[in-house]
Amino acid sequence: MSMGERFKPHRGPRLASLERRLFLRQGLSLGALALLSGCELTEDESVQRVLNAMSRWNDGVQSWLFDPARLAPEFPESRITKPFPFNAYYGRGEIRRVDPGTWRLEVGGMVREKRAWTLPELNQLPQVSQVTRHICVEGWSAIGKWSGVRFSDFLRRIGADLTAKYVGFKCFDDYSTSIDMATALHPQTQLSLRFGDQLLPPEYGAPVKLRMPTKLGFKNPKHIAALFVTNANPGGYWEDQGYNWFSGS
Amino acid sequence: MPAATVPLHPLAVRITHWVNALALLAMVLSGWRIYNADPLFGFVFPDGWTLGGWLAGALQWHFAAMWLLFGNGAAYLAYGILSGHFRRKLLPLAPRAALRDALDALCLRLKHDDLSIYNAAQRAAYLGAMVLIVLLVLSGLVLWKPVQLQGLGLLMGDYEGARYLHFFCMAGIVLFVVAHVLMVALVPRTFPPMITGKLRRSL
Repeated sequence: MSMGERFKPHRGPRLASLERRLFLRQGLSLGALALLSGCELTEDESVQRVLNAMSRWNDGVQSWLFDPARLAPEFPESRITKPFPFNAYYGRGEIRRVDPGTWRLEVGGMVREKRAWTLPELNQLPQVSQVTRHICVEGWSAIGKWSGVRFSDFLRRIGADLTAKYVGFKCFDDYSTSIDMATALHPQTQLSLRFGDQLLPPEYGAPVKLRMPTKLGFKNPKHIAALFVTNANPGGYWEDQGYNWFSGS
Repeated sequence: MPAATVPLHPLAVRITHWVNALALLAMVLSGWRIYNADPLFGFVFPDGWTLGGWLAGALQWHFAAMWLLFGNGAAYLAYGILSGHFRRKLLPLAPRAALRDALDALCLRLKHDDLSIYNAAQRAAYLGAMVLIVLLVLSGLVLWKPVQLQGLGLLMGDYEGARYLHFFCMAGIVLFVVAHVLMVALVPRTFPPMITGKLRRSL
């Protein structure tokens, strides 16, 4: 059984409203909400409002704590986790595949050159490697090796406005996420084309994923189809359901 | 004629005690839900005992209540050290006497006549609870920020080591709370002073 299936109950896609009601009822019954008053309905809403506000506050604190020069620890290749866990919002049987010959990386938003990139073009750019720890929001971690284009190099090459606040990602498995510009420019943030010593396989995000050892796993988009630079926070698949947006390590 | 009541717990101690109880409750119950997403051992906590409803909700509770636990804990430690409260009530710490008192308590023969003086077992337990909560905060910080705080992480076996330390300190604090509540149930007249601050003289 894959990690993705094993933890499905904890990530129940699109059950957000039902689950929110459940969690509020539990919260109320626990009396942990004694600090908040009002009728039950407003209590539900105000609790969620407080929790959301705290999550945004934590975004700010994490952004302040983030040191753009501090590198995530790197490991010898002997410590690579084998087999590396598969995880997604769907099971292993639903992994989307694309013809690498027709795949294009669309580039948009606050960038000078909005043309799409092919896989050979990305392969021709200078390549870097890292052996780093991937940490999942579920708690587990695994060490892997990724190679590809340093993302800050790519952003400079497409003439991205580096003073913009966010970079958003749309993936062809209908996933999406977004990151802060400081993390986008971190030296270990990588547009990955390889996993281990092979081309990025479908379960790990073929043909291109973004690897960030300074963010939790779900912030590392796989199967990227388009990226865009913007000043409006684009949110993301899990972020919009209540997972913390910054989710930095 | 002496007064009918004597002061026992200062207001600062009572407020921080109850805020801490609330914060710990939220942290432990949401923490169990987070644990369930990737259990370290061969068991999970029943969903009905947890807070948050699902992983994202539990994480929201955990990362909100942590500020309450941290702010309240910092205020309590500052008060305890600066006012001399710790020195007067918790020191000196006598390990041998603590063991003897703990055994006496287990055999239900521990005398607790003067509630204003903590016995050796209480002193050890209260100081131990403080150490556990400090370790929970430190290991929790490493789990939250394993890259930014990697120096601190090295002291506890990096990210994976911090997970185990965080779990075992949680288990320790839960054990403490169980024993603490049990002792209050056995000596019920210790309970009202933690709310009113005053102890009714038993004449």
